[in-house]
Amino acid sequence: MFRPSNHLILKEIKEKKLKNLLSTITFFLFLPALIIILWLFFQGSSALSIDFLFMDPIEGMTAGGIFPAIVGTFWLVIISVLVSCPLGVIAAIYLSEYAKDNNLTRIIRLAILNLAGVPSIVHALFGLGAFVLFLKMGTSILAASLTLAVMNLPVIITSTLESLKAVPHSYREASWNVGASKLQTIRYIVLPNSIPGILTGVVFSVGRSAGETAAILFTGVAFYLPFLPQSVFDQCMALSMHLFTISTQVVGVPDAYPYATALVLILLILSMNSIAVALRSYFRTRRKW
Amino acid sequence: MEIKLSESPQLAMEWRKKKGNKPTGERIIEAFIKIAGLSSILLIAAILFFILKESYPFLVGSFDFKEFFFSKEWYPASVVKIRYGVLALLCGTIMVTALSMLIAVPLGLACAFYISEFCGPRLRETYKILIEFLAAIPSVVWGFIAIMMINPTIIKLFNVPIGLNILNASIILALMSLPLIISVGEDALRAVPETYREAAEALGATKWEIATKVLLPAAKNGLMAASLLGVGRALGETMAVLMATGHSIQIPHSIFEPGRTLTATIAAELGESPKGGEHYQALFAIGLVLFCLSFIVNLTADILIRGKRQ
Amino acid sequence: MVTKMIKKIEIKNLSVNYGTKDVISNLNLDIYQNEVLAIIGPANSGKSSLLKCLNRMQDFNPSAKISGDILMDGESIFKDEDSTFLRRRIGMVSPLPVGLPMSIRENVTFAPRMAGCKDAKELDHIMEDCLRKAALWDEVKDRLESLATKLSGGQQQRLTIARALSHHPEVLCLDEFSIAIDPVTTMKIESVLNELKKTMTIVMVTNVINQAKRLGDRTAMMLNGSILDIDINNNVFNGRVNDLRTKQYIEGFFG
Repeated sequence: MFRPSNHLILKEIKEKKLKNLLSTITFFLFLPALIIILWLFFQGSSALSIDFLFMDPIEGMTAGGIFPAIVGTFWLVIISVLVSCPLGVIAAIYLSEYAKDNNLTRIIRLAILNLAGVPSIVHALFGLGAFVLFLKMGTSILAASLTLAVMNLPVIITSTLESLKAVPHSYREASWNVGASKLQTIRYIVLPNSIPGILTGVVFSVGRSAGETAAILFTGVAFYLPFLPQSVFDQCMALSMHLFTISTQVVGVPDAYPYATALVLILLILSMNSIAVALRSYFRTRRKW
Repeated sequence: MEIKLSESPQLAMEWRKKKGNKPTGERIIEAFIKIAGLSSILLIAAILFFILKESYPFLVGSFDFKEFFFSKEWYPASVVKIRYGVLALLCGTIMVTALSMLIAVPLGLACAFYISEFCGPRLRETYKILIEFLAAIPSVVWGFIAIMMINPTIIKLFNVPIGLNILNASIILALMSLPLIISVGEDALRAVPETYREAAEALGATKWEIATKVLLPAAKNGLMAASLLGVGRALGETMAVLMATGHSIQIPHSIFEPGRTLTATIAAELGESPKGGEHYQALFAIGLVLFCLSFIVNLTADILIRGKRQ
Repeated sequence: MVTKMIKKIEIKNLSVNYGTKDVISNLNLDIYQNEVLAIIGPANSGKSSLLKCLNRMQDFNPSAKISGDILMDGESIFKDEDSTFLRRRIGMVSPLPVGLPMSIRENVTFAPRMAGCKDAKELDHIMEDCLRKAALWDEVKDRLESLATKLSGGQQQRLTIARALSHHPEVLCLDEFSIAIDPVTTMKIESVLNELKKTMTIVMVTNVINQAKRLGDRTAMMLNGSILDIDINNNVFNGRVNDLRTKQYIEGFFG
């Protein structure tokens, strides 16, 4: 009965072509990522073993394992999260609940934006100048963690701010109306309902900290240490730095080792991300409104 | 209907203080909150301060504006004649950033367009998760890939002697910036009201026409911001370019030649330079340049995003 | 009927500006203890803004500029910098139903808990008392621990009323409370209000003229930010008004 005119048919064909072209482009953009992970797996899985994960490197890092690097990364991440998380959450609370719409708030927003955009090597310079030298911490886990904390702060602030803003304003008004103070409203209504978003941001930042290299280069991480760190004032090794070193500075490393190290690092970060994504979905279903 | 009125008004009085001011506990906590709110300003100021502090002797001493920015001779540790010219480094940074953006921006925006306009919701979710995973790969791993995978590929494909060069670094940077460009670009496109699309479709426009004539102008600011953020990312990247560009401080004459960026120079030389020495200070000066560059890029991107929202 | 002519609230020369124009201009109003004052008027006449001034909710609105004074029991409500305590003395029911994202029990005991009440028995007593007054008890008594946000709109509105009563306010402000509630339940609540006025003062903004007739001792007509008329119901609803527009509004000629 109704036959589309030639013009319309042509249009549809053009649209289909466009869609196919774009979907191909998109697919091929993501393909490298998959290829890379598979390639790493192929090349590195032969070296992955319990020994590899739990042994110290021996013979100038040409054999043995990456245990101290894993431990070092663990400490760096934990301390930097312990510092950046409370500070970031409270800063976001200020921005969401107390800040007025004036120039000071605009400057704060700008500062957060810049903190996020500063190159990581510049963060390293700051960490060197401020923590290692000025505050006399020396190259230490503490200095490196604090540098990482400063790097992660904008991420935590932004994700917390988003979750705080997602709590409907009507809840705050209802709470104020019955005589709860601003702080009580934040403590009993706003914050508890933002925890999911905050957690997600924190877990994501764990992934970032684990992979960071430049910022920790001069602030607390060393190529090779004979002992595990005993205190926060000691240096440590780190997975990211370890990968950098054995792929650029050390000769005689068995082929599979760097691949395996990269694999461990990626798997660590990806599992953190997966936890964050899962948390996000879980809390989305449990929403109280 | 029987209504029980409150039986114990006396009991009620105890916690029903009639007036008062904020309890001291609350005052203290709120003061902490305000301090935390200011923390980001304090930190960015501190970063600027310390970089200036460490580079200051150099800046007021041997620093010569013309030589620093326009000479390609970077010999900070020379026994013969110490020269601090960052032109070669600047060229390295600019070439790598430009080439990587040339690859990443059109492809990234096309991809953003696809995900925003053509994708079904489930596919979109999948791609978004993939984007997050891609974005999570640390730069040192990308640098590793540059050395182990892209390097030999370039050598074989283009028949050139070295695979650690501008091209390598650009490819890697493009791959690293893609997630950012795609997600911000997709946000920008999603922010265009559905009514625009519906109106255009009602007039008989094709998806391509809707894209170019309706969406592109409407989301122009957000898309530019996405690209700028990609530029910022590429500018500031350290480890991946350090591992990918090779080790020669010269102005590259082709994309197959190695080069050096500002960021990589700091990373490579800071460890060796004696603390407090002039070389060390000059590296901090480079850090200052990077700080200013990223400030400008991010500020512009933010203005674009904010302007668009209004 | 107003038993004693004690002024509970005195509003003197109140002007409220939201940035572009005056929402309330130079308003003067006295509210007496234990009376029910109904405020009627068309949309955008400033009725809700007036209520928000009474419990200083305007403090949370950065674009609101207020001049003039409001006295409660002879003292300016703006005297203390922190208005939290004032809002414990004034109950506010907003037109939109809001169930806080917590259980029904936690909803109704929220206000006393925030004010410092810790006694579980007393909290239980308050909860049942307020839910009965809000005509909600029978419907929710078996699921007090369930999430309040899952209640229907009408139930959530009654929950809002219960919350407003839970901190034993001296003044109860109701802003079009019956919009989301069916007529039968509205009647139940209206009879509660009639009892409640023995122990508190009630200010009621309503668009339902008959409600003002039924419940109010006095009725005030607001238009464009000022009060045209305020008098006892007997006068207002029998045409003995100062401003002709009041009569026209009551008879439905505009609004």
